[in-house]
Parts: sequence; structure tokens; C-alpha cells
Amino acid sequence: MKQTNNSLKYKNLNFIYQPWPWYVAGPLIALTMFALLFMGKQFGMSSNLRTMCTVAGAGKVNSFFNIDWKKERWNLMVVLGSVLGGFFASQFLSDNTVQINPEVANQLSQEYNIHSAGSSYLPTELFAVENLSDPFVLALLILGGFMVGFGARYAGGCTSGHAISGLSNLQLPSLIAVIGFFVGGLFMVHILFPLIFS
Amino acid sequence: MKYATYLLIGTFFGIVMYKSEAASWFRIYEMFQFGSFHMYGIIGSALAIGIVGVQIIKRKNLKAINRQEMQLTPKKTSFFRYAIGGLIFGMGWALAGACPGPMYVLAGAGYFSILIVIAGALLGTFVYGILREKLPH
Repeated sequence: MKQTNNSLKYKNLNFIYQPWPWYVAGPLIALTMFALLFMGKQFGMSSNLRTMCTVAGAGKVNSFFNIDWKKERWNLMVVLGSVLGGFFASQFLSDNTVQINPEVANQLSQEYNIHSAGSSYLPTELFAVENLSDPFVLALLILGGFMVGFGARYAGGCTSGHAISGLSNLQLPSLIAVIGFFVGGLFMVHILFPLIFS
Repeated sequence: MKYATYLLIGTFFGIVMYKSEAASWFRIYEMFQFGSFHMYGIIGSALAIGIVGVQIIKRKNLKAINRQEMQLTPKKTSFFRYAIGGLIFGMGWALAGACPGPMYVLAGAGYFSILIVIAGALLGTFVYGILREKLPH
């Protein structure tokens, strides 16, 4: 009897740790956008990077950062919330592994020596703290981040600002940007990855 | 009180990003390999509901709290900034496996290497600010 209870409990826990399917996640992201619209704001996560530059004093160097960051405090609170959400979800709601298409996982393993698909949330080969001493890994993380920050500001938005907010409002600039996101991503994965990881 | 609401919205968003695995490098890689419908489903369904909702807001002229106008101002029309900026962003998205929202989520989840990615993103934003006048827009 005790055993049954235990296995039932285990099943329930498994249910909690299961990833949310796309048809749950997508509508909840739309809900996030509507909540912010209702609050009189816009959903966009990359503008925070500019705000943080301003807070750090970048306005003294360049006028692009001469903004009244206090007006953006609400968005910094959204960031802080995202950090808390990540903490909460990883601690209590997830077993912190991601199962992807086995063929893709196999290909990652054979071609790029990335074996951690299925056993971790991020590839440990790139994100394990002890690998930060590897200049190749360090350069890769900085470069990836740099292109995200530079590109998002150049394009006036990121995935949330253009692919969700902008396209929901049927804006042509957002469509151009989102096509750019995908072409850039495909170019990186199919053309540059074989060169970078060879 | 208002700040608590934003904190709550952010927390909700963070949980959704983590639980849907949209914050996972593996899922982004899989998307660009066309290995699963998952990411396309997330973005696609968010967008479908987004389009319907925004249309309703516009047709019914719905207002935000305190009778404010909804923030739905069109973006300035231009080509180069969206195309080139988009391409660079997409390359970074695939390489780092994270866009600006999930970066913060991963920091909260304790993946400390993501702080290097965030530092890179801040640097990229700063360099864009400096070069802005010289870039085609």
C-alpha cells in the first residue's frame, strides 16, 4: 500500500516536472503581452539592455544612452521578475533536462562533441562554469551575447518586441526583422557552426 | 504597488520561458535544424492569439488602465536597420542559444555562464550606441 502511494506521488511529481507543450506556452506568452498592454506598456525585453547601459553611466559617453531611465524602471522590474521566475521554475518545477529530437541530439554529439542533450538544460560543453577557463568557450559566449545585444538594438527589438509584439500589430518592419532573425540563425547553424566547431 | 504587478508579470513570463524550454540552447538549435515543431508552435500560437487580441483592442478601441491609450504605435518604416540588425541578432540567438528574455531567466536558474552572455549583450548594445550614426538605417 505504501509503495502504491509512493509511486503515485512519484507520478504526480513527474507531471510537475514535465515541460509545458507549445499550445500551453504560446497562449501564456500572448497573455504576458496583453497584461503589459493593459498596464499601458509594451512587451519587449531587449530595451532593458539599453536602460542598463544608461544606469551604468553610458550617457556620459554617448547621447544614445541619455534617456530618463527612471521611466523604464517598470521594465527592469519585469527583468527582476524573469530572474525570479527562472529561479522558481528550475528549483521547484523542473528536472532541468531537455529532450530534443533524438536525431538532432545524435548529430550534435557526433559532429560537434556536444553530448549533454537529454541530460541537462543547457549544453554543459558550453555553459558549465568550469569551461569558462577555456578561451574558445569564453569567446563564443561573449560573441553570441554581443551579436544579440548589437543586433537587437540595431533592429529596434528582439524576439519579444518584433516576433510577438510587432507582428501581433501586423507591422512590416517587424516582419523584415523576424525574417532577418531566422535567416541569421539558419546561417549560423548551417554555415558557421561547421566552421566554428571543426 | 504597480512595481509589484510588473514583478509578478515578469515572474510569470520567466516560469513560462523556463517550463516551455524556450530558454534552452538545445531547443533553439533544434528549431534551426527544423527538428521539432515545438518552438514554431510556441511563437506561432502566441502570435495567432496576439493578432486576434490586438485587432479586438483596435476595433473596440479598448484602453489600458487609467484610461490610457494602448501602446500600439507603428514602428518607423525603413529596411536596412531591420534586415541587417535582424541578421546579426539571429546569428547571436543561434550561437548563444538565448534571446534577451531567456538570458535573465537562465541567470535566475543559476547558469552563471549566462552572465558572460549578458555582459556581451550589454557591450553589443553599447557599441551599437557609439556606431549608430555611421550605420545604414
